This record gives sequence, structure tokens and C-alpha cells, in this order.
Amino acid sequence: MEPTLTTSHALTDSRATTSLKNTPMIKLSEIEKVYQTDTIETVALNRVNLTINRGEFVSIMGPSGCGKSTLLSLMGLLDEPTSGTIEIDGRPVTSYSDKELAKVRNHKIGFIFQSFHLINDLSVLDNVELPLLYRAGMGGKERRQRALAALEKVGLSARTKHFPSQLSGGQRQRVAIARALAGAPEIILADEPTGNLDSVMGEEIMELLLTLHREANTTIVMVTHDESMALKTERVIRFFDGSQVS
Amino acid sequence: MLLSYLKLAWKVLLRRKFFTFISLFGIAFTLMVLLVVVALFDHTVGAHYPESRLDRMTFAQFLHVRYKDGGNMNTPPSYYVLDKYVRTLRTPEKVSIASNFHATPSYVGNRKLDLDLRYTDAAFWQIMDFNFTQGKPFLEADVKAGSRVAVINRSTARQYFGTEAGVVGRTIVVNQTSFRVQGVVEDVPAMRFSSYADVWVPLSTSPDDLQRVQLQGDYLAIILAKSEADVPAVQAEFEQAMKRVPLPDPKNMEYLDLHADRLIASISRQLMSPLTEYKSDGLELLYPILAGLALLFMILPALNLVNINVSRIMERSSEIGVRKAFGATGGKLVSQFLVENIFLTLIGGILGLLLAYVTLQIISGSQLLAYAQFEMNWRIFSWALLVTVFFGVLSGVYPAFKMSRLQPVQALKASGK
Repeated sequence: MEPTLTTSHALTDSRATTSLKNTPMIKLSEIEKVYQTDTIETVALNRVNLTINRGEFVSIMGPSGCGKSTLLSLMGLLDEPTSGTIEIDGRPVTSYSDKELAKVRNHKIGFIFQSFHLINDLSVLDNVELPLLYRAGMGGKERRQRALAALEKVGLSARTKHFPSQLSGGQRQRVAIARALAGAPEIILADEPTGNLDSVMGEEIMELLLTLHREANTTIVMVTHDESMALKTERVIRFFDGSQVS
Repeated sequence: MLLSYLKLAWKVLLRRKFFTFISLFGIAFTLMVLLVVVALFDHTVGAHYPESRLDRMTFAQFLHVRYKDGGNMNTPPSYYVLDKYVRTLRTPEKVSIASNFHATPSYVGNRKLDLDLRYTDAAFWQIMDFNFTQGKPFLEADVKAGSRVAVINRSTARQYFGTEAGVVGRTIVVNQTSFRVQGVVEDVPAMRFSSYADVWVPLSTSPDDLQRVQLQGDYLAIILAKSEADVPAVQAEFEQAMKRVPLPDPKNMEYLDLHADRLIASISRQLMSPLTEYKSDGLELLYPILAGLALLFMILPALNLVNINVSRIMERSSEIGVRKAFGATGGKLVSQFLVENIFLTLIGGILGLLLAYVTLQIISGSQLLAYAQFEMNWRIFSWALLVTVFFGVLSGVYPAFKMSRLQPVQALKASGK
């Protein structure tokens, strides 16, 4: 079941980019995710087929427990499906080893979490550098430069030596976005990035994501409960009870 | 990356001060006890003053008689046995016979001094490496002539004469017998059972009947081989010589044995005798038992550390999830937590080393063990380092492995999204 492409933003890329835009970046085929305990079997995702194209900004909506976060975890290779295949940039990754999965996550994917998941013992700069620590052959100087550039993009250059506890919620989410950007991933997966923020801060973060999408043509998949935020993205995918409904 | 791990490790330690204290206390205290025990052990059986040529020395200290009714007699041998069968050995460079030391009363005015007295021959001074601060040892001629001369240690000089200066030539009365002081030596620690005494006098001045034919007595032989490689040959000749010692009561006695053992083996032979029934020196049991006890002693705080580390690491599941999400492999995370744990244990190790140093100074200063001077040497330091790293790896591997197996999504969920 191939979803139709709905856009809310005009595409301004070149012809070459436009042709690339139609190539799948994330492809899920017949994905099932079942959580099993001794007594209960819960189907979180039921035979999901979904393709996210390169450069798309897609939002996933649905009620709590419908499987949208599970879907995002599977797309981000943070979890394994019970059955089905996942392709990232045309390559099936379902049978990848821990090392290979780590490499794909490090090079291709950036995560933004609802509760930021910053490491409180590390400074803002060290937090943003984190994905680059696992990049083979990258020296400390280059790491620092890239992290500073990412912080500049989110407007937090003046907060590099602060610790997460010294920042507001919006600032923390900006740090988390900078961390997701530092490794220049082709995909950003955002799990309710505005969920823990007030409406003003939420708008700011959303604008930031839209800007990043426009400027870097990054593929973004965002899980949200907020209809108004979802409508700002190019496509809205709706889930109910583990299945895609639109 | 290592710097980043260390920075984080330091911050984690500071963040959880109570856990850090418990962990560090466990490591430091265990290490301190181990180091003190090792220092005591080394002090007792290592090559130290005046037994510095220990690699060439063997000791015959206990004679064992097996009775036909199953009984055993274990006693220091007589002078007669040692003089007749050991002093006559051909392979050693030198053989010395000395008595065991005994507290002997001596009086300075009305003040009673209990001085440990040992009877020795002249070879004793040639085998041992005594440091004379004044005078010289007594010679073969003194022993033959039964000269009432003595070598005393510095502490005795101070206690008896009130000074260390100019005591050579003065008279010391021990056990109601007057001896002319011929030399003063540095104090010998009481743990060196074969050489220690306060006062050493010639064997020939002993009130014992040295030539009395009997097995049991109160003497020991100290045998110096020509080289370390010669020790087995000395021991072989010694064993042959012992076979010639007649049983005084063959009707009731089954056999006797007396061995020329290295210092540690001679101690082990006595300690392990309930298990070996004197059939071997027991080293093959002593070493595993000591290693087992040390391991048991270390395993308890190590398990405690494992427990603390599991909860400490699981509290950081958000960090683990994030690191995995951004590209850390299980192996990288295991290395990170091992580095952190080794860092923690090294801090504990340094504290343990300091504590051990202070404790050894206190034990030395208290003179609980007479004339003991415990020092932290490189051998002990290496031990400490080895034990510390062992601790770090042992207590870090399991939690790190457990954590590295987590799916990133589980780690992120566990932190309470």
C-alpha cells in the first residue's frame, strides 16, 4: 500500500533534486510488531506498508497507544520488528548486525525525543558532539567545529558551556535538535518534539524544523498529537490501533 | 573519546556522592587489608635483613616422628642430630646451628628486661647478612673456647646501657650470666624467626648438654647453598643424611623425617601438617588456599560493586539509549563503562594504598611486632595495581555487558519517557 504524496509546501528544489525526491528513503514492508508477555500478546503494528521519500517532511498522527512511536523506533532502527522488512536508502537493514545498525544510525539518522534525552552531566557542546564521537576517524577539532556549527543553526552559540539543567525546555529541545543535526544525517526522526513545550516554544521548534527541511532538504518524520503542527508538514499519516488509516 | 569518558566518569562520581563513597570505601578498605596482609607475608618470608641471601638458604627446623600407633611427634631437633648429620653435609657452602630464641630475664637496676636470647655458632654470622653498627661478630675460636661474648641489637644497647655509643667491651648480664658485648647490630624484626633475637651468644655457653644423644631439642639448622641452583642438590644430600639417623625406639617408632626447606616451605610444612600429615611441605595446598582466601575476600566487595554498578548503570539508561541511538555499538558502551569503572577503582586503589601505608606505619610504630618496619615497596605497589584493575574489570564487566545487550528503545523507555 503506497501512500499518496500530499504537500503543504511548494517544492523549490532543482530538477535533479526533484527526481531524487521520489526515491524512497525509508521503506517499511509488511511490518508487524507484537509485544509478548507470559499472558498477553499486544499487536502494536499490524502489517504496515509505508514509504517515506527522500526529502519529505511527514507527520504521523494518531491516538495514544496506536503504535506511532513504535513505528518511529522501527524506522530509526532502535527496535526490531516481529516480522517484515525495513529498507533505509534502498538497503534492507533487518538482518544487520549490532555494529552495522549502529553505523546506519550514526551516519544516516538523527533523533529528536519528546523528553530531549540530553545527558545532564555533559555540557551543551559535549551533548551535541555525542554522535560524532562514534564516527570513525573524526578528530576532536572537527567534532568541535561541527558541533558549534549545529549550535549556531539552532541559535544557541552562546550556551555551549551550559549544562542542560541550566536551560529552558525550548533551549533543551534546540540542543537536542543541534545534536540530531551535528552528524549531518539524511533523516531526522522526531518523536513529539513539541510535546513537552508550551505553545510558543512549540511553534519556535516547529519553525526550526521547517527551516532545516527547506534549507538542507532533510527527510523528516515527526510523530505528533498536534493537528496544527502536523498540517505544516508535507504529508500527514494517520494511525489507529496499529494500522495506517490514511 | 577516552578524555570524554573520563570527564563523564568524574562527573558521575561527583553526582552520586553516597554511592561513590560506598564504592570507594569498599575498594579502599579491601585493598588496604590485602596490602597489609601481603606486607606482613612479605615481611615474614621475603628476602629481607638479615636473611638477604634467602634464595640460597634452607632451614631445618622441625623433626617429625611417626609412631606405629598412628601418633606423631613434631619438635625442634636436637643439637646432636643437627651437628652429626647436617653440619657434616658436603654440598652446602655453610651450615649454621642455632637455638631458638627465648625470653630471658635481665635487670638494669631494679628494672627487669625480658631479652630474647639465642645461642649460635660462628657460621651464623657468615650466612646471615647482619649490619653491625659497632664491633664485630664472635668467631669460631670464641665458640670453641666458650667465650662469654655477645652480640646485641641497638634497642637492647639503648635499654640496657642507656646509650648505643661505646657499648662494645661493656658487660651485659643475661640469665645471671655475664657476657662481654662484642658487637651491636641493627634490630631484626621478630617475624624473622630464624635470625631474630635481642642477644646472640656462642652455642658453647648454653647450659644445655649439647652432646646428649636425643632426637628432640630446641635447635635449628640454617644451610647456605653455593648458589640458588645448588639448593636442590643440598636438599637431596640432606634427605640422604636423614635416612642414616637411627630411630631410638624402633619398636614404637615407624619413621622420622626432617627436611631442609626453603623459608616459606618450612612454615607451610607446619601450617599444612593437619592436611598433609607431614608427607609434603604443603605448598601445593598453601598457595591455592591463600589465593582462594584472597579471592573470597575480594569477591564480596566486588559483588557489592557489581550490584551498585548495575543500579548505577541502569539509572543511566537514558544515556545508554541516546548513545545507542546516535551510533554507539554494544562494544563501545562496554568500553566506556569499563573505563569508568577502572577509573573509579583506580581512585579506590590509590586511597587503599594510602590507607595501607598509614596502617603499616601505625603497626610499625606501635611495635606490636617487635622491630617490624613495614614498607610499601614496588612489589606491593604492583600487587595493589594488579588487584585494583582486577577489581575494576570484575565489577564492571557484568553490568556493562548486561547494559550493552539492551535494545536502544528499551533503554530509552526504561528512563521514563
